[in-house]
Amino acid sequence: MAAKIRIATTSLAGCFGCHMSFLDLDERLLQLADVVEFDRSPLTDIEHCGRCDIGLIEGGVCNSENVHVLREFRKNCKTLVAVGACALNGGLPALRNFIALEACLQESYLDGIGVENPQIPSDPELPLLLDKVHPLHEIVKIDYFLPGCPPSADVFWKFLTDLIEGREPELPYELVHYD
Amino acid sequence: MTKSFNLDGQGIAFEDGQTILQAAEAAGVYIPHLCHHPDYSPHGSCKLCTVKVNGRICSACTFPAAEGQEVISNSRELQDDRKKITQMLFVEGNHLCPGCEKTGNCKLQAVGYYLNMLDNHFPHFYPGRGLDASHPDVLLDHNRCIFCTLCVRASHKDGKDVFAISGRGINKRLIINSASGLLKDSALSAEDRAAHICPTGAILIKRTGYQIPIGRRIYDHHGIDQIDTDMDTEPAHGS
Ligand code: FES
Repeated sequence: MAAKIRIATTSLAGCFGCHMSFLDLDERLLQLADVVEFDRSPLTDIEHCGRCDIGLIEGGVCNSENVHVLREFRKNCKTLVAVGACALNGGLPALRNFIALEACLQESYLDGIGVENPQIPSDPELPLLLDKVHPLHEIVKIDYFLPGCPPSADVFWKFLTDLIEGREPELPYELVHYD
Repeated sequence: MTKSFNLDGQGIAFEDGQTILQAAEAAGVYIPHLCHHPDYSPHGSCKLCTVKVNGRICSACTFPAAEGQEVISNSRELQDDRKKITQMLFVEGNHLCPGCEKTGNCKLQAVGYYLNMLDNHFPHFYPGRGLDASHPDVLLDHNRCIFCTLCVRASHKDGKDVFAISGRGINKRLIINSASGLLKDSALSAEDRAAHICPTGAILIKRTGYQIPIGRRIYDHHGIDQIDTDMDTEPAHGS
């Protein structure tokens, strides 16, 4: 039996909505499980990405840890896929790109309504925020893009079955959405 | 005898004075476009209607049709160019579709869908453009403006001249004809054609955005090449 296709997934500056949509594959997940196995992913709790065939990345890049994880994925995944609006263009988190980072932190942690014990978090464990939120393709080379907020389960299915069965992945009109 | 030119191998009849795009539209052939609208004089700014006429690149919305022209529109090369142009329009502004009321009815998005544009390719510019929510019935979000000038042309025809484009290049912006520069002090009313003509979500009628749910909107299931592309993209609201 041929070795299973290894897939890693992660959510950077995302909301896990794309992962939830992936789980909407429902019973098709069983079919998928016949041919793939998961490496690093919120579905497995494996902490670091090993050699993989496909990496699926949700969310944009908003902090230093996101950059490291993205690079780890690029290094280890033969095919790297940007999944969802945030990975493609920064999405909702990129709304902070129009406001200075300091002003964002001030509003969230010092001056905002209902803030108690105001202080800007500075624990060394916390990854440093980047000045702006970036889409993935600005940091590493991305091989494929799945638009949508989130991409529907059918998008994941069409894309993965195309790729696994050796076809050039294509999304028909009905599956292309930016919302 | 009627005059005609050749568009992608198909004979297209035209009358003197028609542009290539007008003649193609009359014949029911889609050439992608954003700044063109049949009710207004052409502007030639978005360049999506780029075609090859006798081997030269031209804007179909401004170029006059002529007897015997060989016009190529639907080639792989031109569709790729159009995709790049659309990607540039996306990264030049802030087009975050999931948070936009116009999503599904937006022509910029629809052109992206039609071209199977799956990513924005270029680095994002994220310009800080701002919002004018001052008008009681109309919202202006500069982040989504593509400078097609349709609102400028429509408002001129409405007899109000509410909008104009000011500045050049990266400093170009839509300005409002009022002492304060705000929409609320202008002559714009929600009934004006200018308030409904925007191909994107830059000019929106307030309190109507979700009357039609996402998933049941114009371009959710129909390609912009398959339907009357020049209907106002604000669907008729209420009664
Ligand atoms: S439609 Fe011709 S340039 Fe915009």
